[in-house]
Amino acid sequence: MSDYQLDENCIQWFNEKVNWQEAIALSAAPLIKKGAVTREYAEAMVENINQLGPYILIAPNVALPHARPENGVKEAGIALTVFQEDVEFPADSSGEEKQARVFICLAAVDSESHLNMLQKISGWIDNQGLINSLLNAASQEETKQLLQSSKN
Amino acid sequence: MKVLCVCGMGFGSSLLLKMTADKVLKNKGVKADVEAVDFGTAQSVQADMILTNNEFASQLQGGKAFVKAIMNMASEQEVESAIDEFLSQK
Repeated sequence: MSDYQLDENCIQWFNEKVNWQEAIALSAAPLIKKGAVTREYAEAMVENINQLGPYILIAPNVALPHARPENGVKEAGIALTVFQEDVEFPADSSGEEKQARVFICLAAVDSESHLNMLQKISGWIDNQGLINSLLNAASQEETKQLLQSSKN
Repeated sequence: MKVLCVCGMGFGSSLLLKMTADKVLKNKGVKADVEAVDFGTAQSVQADMILTNNEFASQLQGGKAFVKAIMNMASEQEVESAIDEFLSQK
């Protein structure tokens, strides 16, 4: 299985309090910068959440912002962003408010070819120790080190 | 048995969930057809079991399928207990 390597420029850490729309824009920014996705892709993610609710929350404290390939993906990629402050999402239909601090922005070119990226993401999320360390990371440098030293 | 993994787009979290479910079912030796679909498709596909997030679970309940919300889509432990719950009430 080919192992997906996370681009160092796609690892970010922020200590400002932001709302969920800002968090999604920030998490997509490295992918926009390197030309992997268009600005419309970031807008589509926000629009989808407005319509479908916070479907991007995939584990406690972890969000996987993504939209469809046809929403503006040029090449596959992942950007991982840690927010030091909780990012609050609108309540779902059960009325439960949700928050996340680790954002893994995913750009997939089609539904089959990004399995190795998802495998990588699955490995991170299933590693509670890594997620806890990321939640406690105190700088961009520390976030990068945690991900680079992770065996997953 | 037929298992649907459902998310908003049909290829992000639902595929992640399918990967976890495939692993769990293989380890248990249970033969199943696991499919990742988006929410719209899920409403028109017959299945024995649906794994999804909290939001979609409440909207998909009420059909024939056993619906279970999964908090951590990469957690084999959580998916396994959901599958065990389904198998035990069959």
